[in-house]
Amino acid sequence: MSAALAATRAERLTHLQRLEAESIHIMRETVAETENPVMLYSIGKDSSVLLHLALKAFAPGRLPFPLMHIDTTWKFKEMIAFRDQRAKDLGLDLIVHTNQEGLARGVGPISHGSEVHTDVMKTQGLRQALDKHKFDAAFGGARRDEEASRAKERIFSLRTAQHRWDPKRQRAEPWHVYNLRKKRGESLRVFPISNWTELDVWLYIEQENIPIVPLYFAKPRPVVERDGQLILVDDDRLPLEPGETPKDISVRFRTLGDYPLTGAVESDAATLPEIIGETLAARTSERQGRVIDKDGSGAMERKKQEGYF
Amino acid sequence: MTIHQSPEAFGYDSFLAAHQSKEVLRFITCGSVDDGKSTLIGRLLHDTKQIFDDQVTALQRDSRKHGTQGAEIDLALLVDGLQAEREQGITIDVAYRFFSTDKRSFIVADTPGHEQYTRNMATGASTADVAVILVDARQGLTRQTRRHALLVSLLGIKRVALAVNKMDLVGWSQDKFAAITQAFDAFAAPLGFTEVRAIPLSAKNGDNVVLPGAAVPWYTGTPLLQYLEEVPVRVEEQAAPFRMAVQWVNRPNSEFRGFAGLIASGRVAPGDSVVIAPSNRTSTIARIYTADGDLPHAVEGQSVTLVLADEVDASRGAVIAAASAPIRVTDSLDARLFWAAETELNQGATLLAKIGTVTVNAVVSTIRSRLDPETGQAEPVTRLVANDIGDVTLTLDRPVPVDAYAQNRDTGGFILIDRETTDTAALGLVQAASSAPKPAETNVAESEPFEPVKSGGLLSGIKRLFGG
Repeated sequence: MSAALAATRAERLTHLQRLEAESIHIMRETVAETENPVMLYSIGKDSSVLLHLALKAFAPGRLPFPLMHIDTTWKFKEMIAFRDQRAKDLGLDLIVHTNQEGLARGVGPISHGSEVHTDVMKTQGLRQALDKHKFDAAFGGARRDEEASRAKERIFSLRTAQHRWDPKRQRAEPWHVYNLRKKRGESLRVFPISNWTELDVWLYIEQENIPIVPLYFAKPRPVVERDGQLILVDDDRLPLEPGETPKDISVRFRTLGDYPLTGAVESDAATLPEIIGETLAARTSERQGRVIDKDGSGAMERKKQEGYF
Repeated sequence: MTIHQSPEAFGYDSFLAAHQSKEVLRFITCGSVDDGKSTLIGRLLHDTKQIFDDQVTALQRDSRKHGTQGAEIDLALLVDGLQAEREQGITIDVAYRFFSTDKRSFIVADTPGHEQYTRNMATGASTADVAVILVDARQGLTRQTRRHALLVSLLGIKRVALAVNKMDLVGWSQDKFAAITQAFDAFAAPLGFTEVRAIPLSAKNGDNVVLPGAAVPWYTGTPLLQYLEEVPVRVEEQAAPFRMAVQWVNRPNSEFRGFAGLIASGRVAPGDSVVIAPSNRTSTIARIYTADGDLPHAVEGQSVTLVLADEVDASRGAVIAAASAPIRVTDSLDARLFWAAETELNQGATLLAKIGTVTVNAVVSTIRSRLDPETGQAEPVTRLVANDIGDVTLTLDRPVPVDAYAQNRDTGGFILIDRETTDTAALGLVQAASSAPKPAETNVAESEPFEPVKSGGLLSGIKRLFGG
């Protein structure tokens, strides 16, 4: 940060400073008022920001909770390599959970379709892991600007013992006073970056120099076009249609998930400033790259009620 | 023009610096179901280029299915979130929307206009710097308008934009606009607003929302967005004395012991004398620790970890305050409640009160009165029902640090939690100190926290306001 900018900031807080402070406050409240919190780590840019904020919130102490990744076994290879490297570099307490029952049944996005795969490997996998470790609060990187039903999501979202979200039982969150009380078996989903936008996330990553998965930066990658989506041929599990050959196109990802369900965008943006420039000029929302949001309006709201994060 | 510049126009470095040094404004929009509130927010998002192509496509599809604008795109559908609400055609909860320009980022609390949801509006208003109150130019001021103005003033908002919408439907009548503005100024006079800015606009057509309205040559003021870009923010919080509630004691080793928290108000620097409430011990700030290094000073809105010069025992729930302006410590609170639970509140009830970072048992020792949200008059009652605004006295099981809400929103606002359901049962505002519970006939003027009281007293002011 430039000296002039630092001087300006000393007097009046910037938007990013206030967002950071709010997120840190939320994390500290959670640690102070819950028994066994965990941070859900999805390896994406929002998770990278969340982790960075958590390290700041509890410095100079260590992170007072573990990270947990629900591994559907269909993540991009580069995501897994990045996850393991970050865990090693930072000495993180990282739990990796895969739904073994789903894995044994061979559930996958290609054989079973996105809806079944996401439900079994992600939603059910998450519930299993939360139950197994008896976590009573789980941090997630969801943002209110992502999707219409999330605009009304609380920062502290109460879930039943069955992990269901009830839109009627969401609590008012005035000032900075949050109600973290819950009954036995109930748990909280905590969204410290609720008030961040996609642009804020990128600006903060640039400002703080936060490491992110290289897939966010454009470079030529082998992709095929399916239903208007550019799908990266990340391994040999993606069956090619007759006559279909992967083409090397300069692409990047605005959001990361399971590779067969995550569309790339054509781009030459290979640096953070270029990505931020593209984000401002973007004509499509970042969730367009998500196949699972496409089951019609209200799809995300239904999935959330079923316990999708 | 305030829409985003392209980075190529002036270089990546200055472009990044501009965006990374922007301030934020949080505002609330208040209006009745038909005032065009969702359309206004949709218009702000659309005209500041926050709406993406795939969202427009979805909007066109949804406009045919749920829209109220015939074949035209219904911008209101951009912000009417939950599916159930769409089908009912009304917004029933608080939703947060985000947009930004080159000058500022904005967080909009979109709250319902429907009468029974005062709790949601109170929630949205609690963190807002500004309220945008919508009026339908054809209707003029309504009971709802008065209710909204009263509510946002109770929640401590000092700056209001009066958005007189649907001006196109009254032929951009300057007389009509002037009549509405004058009527609002008259009834808002006792509410203690620092500023009321009236703007004639058409959310549907976009005039005077983001861009000046070509249809309104007689209006020489700023469009709504420009007002929102320029209005001062966090003025009261910056001016108030230093306060920070301790969230967490950070003790990674025997060498370090810091008190972590979010600064609620004021400013702090190493060397400052502070008093820790409720223990009333004094000390001096030794360091302001952050992960980015120690700070030479810190201000409201920052999350920091304070290291004190002395071995003072402070734990979660304590408030570190400027020694020159100590915080009040009390186990008896006169409070104004926004009762949110479906159950009734009766005298003698015990709830949990979360005030700052401390949670205590609170017995409702007296229910003094209920504030009529339409007339602004207090009437004696012995119970509160859902969506009532009522004045009560709470007896706490131990003393807690508080300020009057009128002096400090963050140290004077609290929530009540139902011990059985664990639901948030009420929002509470701490009123000015009093030594003993008051009788039910308490005069509004005594318990009303908002200054200054105009000539003739607040009660007569409110009577004037509501034509009482």
